[in-house]
Amino acid sequence: MDFGSINPAVLIASLMVASVPIMLAALGELVAERAGVLNLGVEGMMIMGAVCGFIITIQTESAFAGFVGGALGGAVLSLFFAFLTQVLLANQVATGLALTMFGLGMSSLMGQGFNGLKPVQTPIVPLGPLADIPFFGRVLFAHDAMVYFSIAMAGLLWWVLKSTRIGLILRAVGESHEAAHALGYKVIRIRCAAIAFGGAMAGLGGAYVSLVRVPQWVDGITAGAGWIALAIVVFAAWKPWRVLIGAYLFGGITVLQLNLQVAGSWIPVEYLSMSPYLITILVLVIMSSGKGRAHNAPAALGQNFHASR
Amino acid sequence: MLRLEKRPNPSQFWLFATPVVAVILTMFFGGLLFASMGTNPFTVIKTIFWDPVFGEFAFYLRGQLLVKAGPLILIALGLSLGFRAGIWNIGAEGQYIIGAICGAAVGLAFYPTESRLIFIPMIAAGLLGGWAWAMIPAILKTRFNTNEILVSLMLVYVAETILAKAATGFLKNPEGMGFPGSRNFSSYPAAANPELIAGSGLHWGGVAAIVIGGLAYVLLARHIIGFQIKLSGQAPRAARFHGVSPNRLVVLCMGISGALAGLAGMFEVTGPAGQITIDFNVGYGFTAIIVAFLGRLNPVGIILAGLIMALTYVGGEMASTNLGLPSAAIQVFQGMLLFFLLGVDVLTNYRIRMAGGK
Repeated sequence: MDFGSINPAVLIASLMVASVPIMLAALGELVAERAGVLNLGVEGMMIMGAVCGFIITIQTESAFAGFVGGALGGAVLSLFFAFLTQVLLANQVATGLALTMFGLGMSSLMGQGFNGLKPVQTPIVPLGPLADIPFFGRVLFAHDAMVYFSIAMAGLLWWVLKSTRIGLILRAVGESHEAAHALGYKVIRIRCAAIAFGGAMAGLGGAYVSLVRVPQWVDGITAGAGWIALAIVVFAAWKPWRVLIGAYLFGGITVLQLNLQVAGSWIPVEYLSMSPYLITILVLVIMSSGKGRAHNAPAALGQNFHASR
Repeated sequence: MLRLEKRPNPSQFWLFATPVVAVILTMFFGGLLFASMGTNPFTVIKTIFWDPVFGEFAFYLRGQLLVKAGPLILIALGLSLGFRAGIWNIGAEGQYIIGAICGAAVGLAFYPTESRLIFIPMIAAGLLGGWAWAMIPAILKTRFNTNEILVSLMLVYVAETILAKAATGFLKNPEGMGFPGSRNFSSYPAAANPELIAGSGLHWGGVAAIVIGGLAYVLLARHIIGFQIKLSGQAPRAARFHGVSPNRLVVLCMGISGALAGLAGMFEVTGPAGQITIDFNVGYGFTAIIVAFLGRLNPVGIILAGLIMALTYVGGEMASTNLGLPSAAIQVFQGMLLFFLLGVDVLTNYRIRMAGGK
């Protein structure tokens, strides 16, 4: 095995890129879950974002338009979920699964004829001399805008949830919808907004996969990233800054195993490529086995609200 | 403004009507989708739902119907038990793959035996393989309170990499001239799962589906465990007072659904699929979730739902070869069906009232 071919600066830089999709999707899901909605359709919304972003980028030759389109694609799909669970009071687990199945099929239908095309490259934010700093320049200052956007979103959501009125209302709805309703908050409307936000973020994450990470269109391109994002929300104990850590951890594992595959490690390729999923399980076990029920889940998570009066 | 009012008891009428309404709505909106793709929606719907049963090639396609319905029903029966109790095994696809690998491995280990008895340990291996794979999320759930949805789903991806390893490595046909894939069971009759009545499409998997459907019905309607499963789903608190151990139920439901998924995989790989290949699995484990809901988590309903779902597979293939409809369109169609099922279900538990008026 040739470890010498793995350059730590490149490794960390690509780790940051690898973690963007799951971080965006996990942040969106975190907001939905803090409002008490368990949307298991992240994978479906991501892949819809991936295909919408890809198609729009090919048509307009603009990566920015692609990301906007990806966010819209994810948000539109999430509105189906919102309508079913919030208005028609359908079971959230089953509806989330339906969303994923529908999204996987729909994306493959929409993506026909787009296989093998190359989208325009997403530009790297020009930070001038900063990018020339040895090591840190490569690691921190030579990325596209979405890398910085994802980090900024983690910070923004941390602040919004912790210190603003909107965050307080959102958390109230997620902890006790009855109490929030009694205080006069529109539980259903707030939850629909949270679901749409989650969909847009998942769509952005998906668009990042098809526009930057891979970058091309193949069926099933997200390969379980949406499910890993769901796991990261649990890992993060529903805290945005811990989503950041979780996403970088998983990005790191993904990049490392890819590098090990390339470097020709003694571990067979199959076992390396299953490692992100195995480690997700391991992390879930560690997080949920904590003493008592200290894992901080919103109290009304997954419960539908029907105002009887 | 319309408003929903909770019914004191679920409506018996809508309990049976919702799947029918959902199928009709799916046909309508699916038709719109097909029309938007430039095909004639009526031809497509007829190709999917009518031709496989009554059309020109029905003598062949009817057989295909049972081939597809068998695994769907087997898996959905197992899943429905857990779904009733609020235990979400969504990794049936993984359990299906592992069951298939284990069953095939036992058969291939004794190659080239001529004793038909080898089929019995193969069945056992399929059951055990699927069971063991489902026990991972079950034990993690009961011991560490880990979310079974995420763990069982992650294990699907793990199972897929193991399958790739099996097809290209430890189960590869030594006489296969380097091509991936195991020996073909069609040329190994002792361990194969053949068609029982020529042209019917019925193999041992179909027989198992019907028998287990009956057993599941008895379990739910007559046995104390069936009562406990239903009680835990409808009133978890009452179930605890009744002395139902949630952990025992998790292990039981996950185990049964895993074992049945494994069994389905084993029958598939030794019969219709014929060999272990990298992609012999075609997503039955996920489609079975739709089958379970379409059948209203009821064994008799699931058998009917499995046949309808099989129709969309068989008819969908017809539509893609004859009318050039992309196969992904059928996937969308199936996803749509689940959406409508879940949406229409509101009518079972709620009444629609005009707001304001008494």
